Amino acid sequence: MQQSVTLEAPAHGVPAARDIPLAEEAAEVFLTLSVAGQLCGVPVLAVRDVLGVQAITRIPLAPAEVAGSLNLRGRIVTAIDLRCRLGLPPRDSGEGARGAMSVVVERDGELYSLLADQVGEVLPLPRADRAPNPPTLDPLWREVSRGVHRLGERLLILLDVERILAIG
Amino acid sequence: MDDLLADFLTETNEGLVALDAALVRLERTPEDAPTLSEVFRIVHTIKGTCGFLGLPRMEAVAHAAENVLGRYRDGALQVSQGGVSLILRALDAIRGIVSELEASGAEPAGDDLPLIAALNGAAAGGGVPAPPAEPLDAAQPATPPGARAEPAPETGAAPPQTIRVSVEVLEDLMMLVSELVLTRNQLLQLARNGADGAFAVPLQRLSHITSDLQEGVMKTRMQPIGNAWAKLPRLVRDLGVELGKRIELEMRGAETELDRQVLELIKDPLTHMVRNSGDHGLETPQERRRAGKPETGRITLNAYHEGGHIIIEIADDGRGLSIERIRAKALVQGLATEAELAAMPERDIQRFIFHAGFSTAAAVTAVSGRGVGMDVVKTNMERIGGTIEVRSQEGQGTAFIIKIPLTLAIVSALIVQAGSERFAIPQIGVVELVRVGGEGNGGPQLEHIKDAPVLRLRDRLLPLVSLAGLLRLDPAQAASAAGESAFVVVTQVGPHAFGIIVDRVFDTEEIVVKPVAPILRHVTMFSGNTILGDGSVIMILDPNGIARATGVGSEAVDAEAERGRARPAAAMLSDARTALLLFRAGDATPKAVPLGLIARLEDVPREQIETAGRRPLVQYRGRLMPLVPLSGPWDPAAAPARQQVLVFSDGERAMGLIVDEILDVLEERVAIDGTGERPGYLGSAVIGGKVTEMLDTAWWLRQGGEDWFGGATALAGQGRRVLVVEDSAFFRNLVVPALGAAGYAVTAVADAREALRLRDAGAGFEAVVSDITMPGMDGYDLARALREGGAWRDLPLIALSGRAGPADIERGRLAGFTDYVAKFDRAALLESLRQCLATATAA
Repeated sequence: MQQSVTLEAPAHGVPAARDIPLAEEAAEVFLTLSVAGQLCGVPVLAVRDVLGVQAITRIPLAPAEVAGSLNLRGRIVTAIDLRCRLGLPPRDSGEGARGAMSVVVERDGELYSLLADQVGEVLPLPRADRAPNPPTLDPLWREVSRGVHRLGERLLILLDVERILAIG
Repeated sequence: MDDLLADFLTETNEGLVALDAALVRLERTPEDAPTLSEVFRIVHTIKGTCGFLGLPRMEAVAHAAENVLGRYRDGALQVSQGGVSLILRALDAIRGIVSELEASGAEPAGDDLPLIAALNGAAAGGGVPAPPAEPLDAAQPATPPGARAEPAPETGAAPPQTIRVSVEVLEDLMMLVSELVLTRNQLLQLARNGADGAFAVPLQRLSHITSDLQEGVMKTRMQPIGNAWAKLPRLVRDLGVELGKRIELEMRGAETELDRQVLELIKDPLTHMVRNSGDHGLETPQERRRAGKPETGRITLNAYHEGGHIIIEIADDGRGLSIERIRAKALVQGLATEAELAAMPERDIQRFIFHAGFSTAAAVTAVSGRGVGMDVVKTNMERIGGTIEVRSQEGQGTAFIIKIPLTLAIVSALIVQAGSERFAIPQIGVVELVRVGGEGNGGPQLEHIKDAPVLRLRDRLLPLVSLAGLLRLDPAQAASAAGESAFVVVTQVGPHAFGIIVDRVFDTEEIVVKPVAPILRHVTMFSGNTILGDGSVIMILDPNGIARATGVGSEAVDAEAERGRARPAAAMLSDARTALLLFRAGDATPKAVPLGLIARLEDVPREQIETAGRRPLVQYRGRLMPLVPLSGPWDPAAAPARQQVLVFSDGERAMGLIVDEILDVLEERVAIDGTGERPGYLGSAVIGGKVTEMLDTAWWLRQGGEDWFGGATALAGQGRRVLVVEDSAFFRNLVVPALGAAGYAVTAVADAREALRLRDAGAGFEAVVSDITMPGMDGYDLARALREGGAWRDLPLIALSGRAGPADIERGRLAGFTDYVAKFDRAALLESLRQCLATATAA
């Protein structure tokens, strides 16, 4: 039933990335994803599963960022629309038909899915290469970004999962 | 040896808890031989085991305590408060040693000679020549090792066979069972779709076994709430001694079960609150006497299940919260400005006590007022998804109402659809399903009063809420908006019924309630979510939340909890919120009548109104219905083309009130101000921010010509509590406001069993008014049942009946009724109540 592009091995039972003293790590490993053309990264250790397109139940009266909930092997996962969370335009119907991928993360024992347009690859990113948020960055983004990496031609925003989930 | 010690510690701890409760009981009823021997047995067992395990210090204490108890048991000494206090102190010493033992594995050094000496003194102090106190040589085992195994045949109850299982194992099991239930549901769904008969039977079995297993595993996690209360009697007793107050603790619903995890979490807050009630809530005996209350203060704990929640009430009959002091304190602390406070309703002001660091206790006692206040309690409750409310009336007492969700529970739910979404409604809140609309099937139709949809269901008007509208679902997809057929899920929240309009109704399904993610907790319309048999996620609606969101009966829980009474499903209180129909007639002042009294709203064309002897009439459903114009004589020439009529009916009788315009339907707590009373009106009240005249329905019904009532006399009921048992909603709705207007606090129930249930739940009333002809148990049976025994045995009982011949009256008296009143004679009823209550008070 689940068309999962599994990547769950590293995640189980491993403390979330925030628990690791980052300063001592030479390179952190990130999963890249793209949201409305913007490249983003989440710490791979925070990720439990990556799922293909899922049936998502809408939740009335929920904050706009909450796309709904979905069923992951008997557990209910709350889906967060990253586009909405980052203030990006919603997926238009053409793309919407293909749906979004789910990157499942855990926080305080609850599962959340971050909806991204595409999920890329797993990359180790040396800490030394990380640049702080430019001061001109949109305040909304500054809030959820832990820094910026240059990746070839593109810029990758490091998402702070904890902050992304701080809704409402 | 370590295992042995661990077992001993667990056992001793359990024993100590049981002892606390038993000793308090003993103190109250010193003659209670079984309790005494139970206490003796437990202390003896502890002592014996100590000797066996070589714990001399503890043994010495236990031995001395046992000596005193032995003298009590033999009748050589009277049980006294001092003695019990001493024994409790000994238990505390033992407890101290036990906790040291738990921590270090060895008995701590030290001795308890003063305590032991005091105990020995008590044992010898009966004036009876006591055997010389045994030398309390610590090393000497006073009991042979075998004593530990000594059974207690005199008490008969052998301890149940138990083993200890780690909680984690149970948690895992529960998780697995939840998954199993979902898988089973999925299989059942598949089996329903495919018609492969071969699977049907084994699947059925699997289904049954799964259900049983689920129930069994659930049971392992459930514990009666009494476990969390076990220490309270001792606590309250000590508190009473310390503060010089007389406190009675009443615990109801101790067998109400809840998840042990939740139980652990609420234990401390509960203790804190009971302590608060005793310390701040209750007055000293002198103060109570001055206030005209019994010297003994009362703390009541009540627990019960309600719609997937557990409600715990902690109430006292003490001095209540002082609004003035809270207001002053809030001002000092800068929580609100004077203007804000002035505009604030009392209950919002009371809620300030939940603010951090907010304590109105003038003195910090050893017991409470140390800054750990209600804010901590509130935070703790909210952490487990619960809520806490306070109801208080100055001089009358304070009640806290805690509502805790069952975080993990499996419930049966109805699956419905609104807009394009599906939702689950817990069956427990669903009373019935009504199909409305559809083409010409003559079924019930949705109607609107102003913009509020209502449904005429049998003899009442049911307020409705549209689920699609409430949840702001896409209205284009909501079938009900397009006037197609829809369903109304009739729901009961407390005493209030209302309907939820949905587009479709599917199946019922067993669902595992899972809490919603924390970021969705503020959406109170949902009590959780779940996964259906087909694997899809679905939100579970919370009827309580919906009622609150729409204003239907939002005060229901609180208003009744305030009175500390158990709530029957169909009870209606005169001070709870009432749905009112507002209309205009004659002058500009809006007028109101309880919606429940109105059978129908009719729109009558002017031509159809005839006059007979200057009185307007209309042919209505094959009969003549008298019409009473509310604003002066009816003039056909001046009347509008269509006339709005409020129809009141009961059985075959009907009467119409002609009004000018229907304004609105509102839910209000009605406080009628009787000043400036004029005929036809009970007085005025502020409803929806406007002064509104309350219609005296009885008066107008009399104008209709039929003798529905006798004359009316306003009497001061002085808030005395009266229970009305009446199966006809119509008369219930007449009697309750009539008595309420006369100053009685009225509770109404629809049948005799409900009344008995109220009695068994401990509700207190000063008189009972009952109908005679009722389905099931009739009035005579009820009277006999009440007179047989129980708390209401000596209450005045007034029969209310359509038949009031001498034979009927005689029969009523034989059954135990104090008085017999004809059904429509309001004056006689009021007079009878007054007399009965006066006699009861005099006696």
